[in-house]
Amino acid sequence: MSLDLIAQLQTRERSGTGCVAENGFCPGWIADNWDRYVDPFWQHVFLTLTSMAIGFAIAFSLAVIAHRRRWLVAPVAAFTGALYTIPSVAFFFLLQPLTGRGNTTALIALVCYTLLIIFRNVITGLASVPAETKDAAVGMGLTERQVLWRVEMPLALPEILAGLRIATTTTVGLAALAFFAGAGGLGAVLEEQPLFRSNVVVAGGLSILLAAALDLIILTVQRAMTPWRRAAAA
Amino acid sequence: MSPTDAAGGGDETIHSAATLEFRQATKRYPGQDEPAVDALSLEVPAGEICVLVGPSGCGKTTAMRMVNRMIDITEGDILLDGTSVRERPPAALRREIGYAIQQIGLFPHQTIAENIGTVPKLLGWSKDRIRARVDELLELVSLDPHETRDRYPAQLSGGQRQRVGVARALAVDPPLMLMDEPFGAIDPINRERLQNEFLRLQREIRKTIVFVTHDIDEAIKMGDKIAILQKGGRLAQYAPPAELLMYPSSKFVEDFVGADRALKRLALQRVRDIDLWRVAQVRVGEPVREAEAKLRDADIRIALLVDDRGRPIGWLSDEGLAGERVKETVRSRAEPVIDLDDVLRDALANLLVAETRYAPVVDGEGRVAGVLSLEVIGHFLHEAPAESRTGAELVEERE
Repeated sequence: MSLDLIAQLQTRERSGTGCVAENGFCPGWIADNWDRYVDPFWQHVFLTLTSMAIGFAIAFSLAVIAHRRRWLVAPVAAFTGALYTIPSVAFFFLLQPLTGRGNTTALIALVCYTLLIIFRNVITGLASVPAETKDAAVGMGLTERQVLWRVEMPLALPEILAGLRIATTTTVGLAALAFFAGAGGLGAVLEEQPLFRSNVVVAGGLSILLAAALDLIILTVQRAMTPWRRAAAA
Repeated sequence: MSPTDAAGGGDETIHSAATLEFRQATKRYPGQDEPAVDALSLEVPAGEICVLVGPSGCGKTTAMRMVNRMIDITEGDILLDGTSVRERPPAALRREIGYAIQQIGLFPHQTIAENIGTVPKLLGWSKDRIRARVDELLELVSLDPHETRDRYPAQLSGGQRQRVGVARALAVDPPLMLMDEPFGAIDPINRERLQNEFLRLQREIRKTIVFVTHDIDEAIKMGDKIAILQKGGRLAQYAPPAELLMYPSSKFVEDFVGADRALKRLALQRVRDIDLWRVAQVRVGEPVREAEAKLRDADIRIALLVDDRGRPIGWLSDEGLAGERVKETVRSRAEPVIDLDDVLRDALANLLVAETRYAPVVDGEGRVAGVLSLEVIGHFLHEAPAESRTGAELVEERE
């Protein structure tokens, strides 16, 4: 494929198509080569959404458990924090002897990076529920489980979704490195011609667009689910 | 019928109240020498407000929270309608006991209707029934259902939120209410209004209420009976307000009710409740002989000149009685004029401000009913407290 491209570049150079030769931003070239981006884009979406879903399930469960057993908060935060500090490129390589090249390795690494942010935000969100609100809930006869799901969780939602937004944006960025683990994604296309401007703009642009779109979706969900916050501000 | 049936079943209108009995109820925290509540024994008759009052750290809130098992009882027992609260699962018990706290604790993410419907929903009421009950309760606490129902707590004023808190506590018509400084966070003016409103409401609903406050004035105003607690959770005295003010049982109670306890008793009484001085009411043109006869029967040596409808004009001077008939010669205008419905404390303040020892008292139509004097008030303060009233009765009478 890259040989093919070089040939193409040379052809165009020879035929006097200046844009590509001058390494400019070439809409014509992009239109002709759009297909090259479709699969990596969807692979990128797959990596992001899957790791977010798994990461959320793990981190949220840990937070709910640790919320009632406060002594767990520090060790869980320390462990997920340690995962978070592993350099990403190293992580993708380090796992390969264990899990081989491909999606599994990439997903494991990506999931690990989501844990800290989501865990901390769920814990912070639950802790931010006013004591008197909980006291009133218990005093009226809500069971512990009802207090959690009917009072604490809805009130923690803004914080939880804020964490989800940060984690999602981070994951979209990190998924661009998943090609180190052989899992493709937009990073793979970027890597093919890292110096060719049109390529960098499209691959990078799609990645930014994906992050922005996912962020907007979560923001919309957040607004729809917390009408009381806007009422309070009005 | 037990309260559970009423709350869960179809029967809406049982306005029952429960009797509450603390029986040697004790709360001890591990590692503390002194108990938080020490062998507290007292009985609250059904439909009465019992105020727990005392300095901070006296265990009043702890005692209240033991009732619905928010705090577990270490020793002794608390009986609700003769049944130990320890025999009931905590969540079920709490759903039958209204709960209102100073910070209100409304759920910010729920509308006012959802907030008030919390316990009905837990008890599985139908949507229609909850909706009807919410509107009924909002009206009961003087809020417009249409305007308030779908709002969020943050959109309401402090006073409105407090009313919603009370409505929420009343949602399933519980036979007992626990209220922990429910008006504590409200400014003094609105606080007084809410207190009056609540006493009026209590007259309708007749709940048994445990009311916690640190403010002795609020205790005197709200309580049918007041339990004064002192440090270490010991009961210092349990008595109706007037008795407490008249006969404090210890130095501690005396200090706690304050040096002005005599004045506080005046706040529990209206002018109409005490024996006023009789006064000679005379009219211009009346034969002086008649006027003098009236003066002989009166408690005060000066005649009060009134108009043809019996409204006070002023105190008659000696010249007014000099001739055949009473002349309009006034030594001083009849000021201030006190209303029969005034609270004695306010009436006394009026006298003091006007620098006078006595003043005419008028009824609803403005006619003279007698004369209030410093001597009359002084005499009242030496009377037995049996003739005094509670704050609740005062508010009722104004209706």
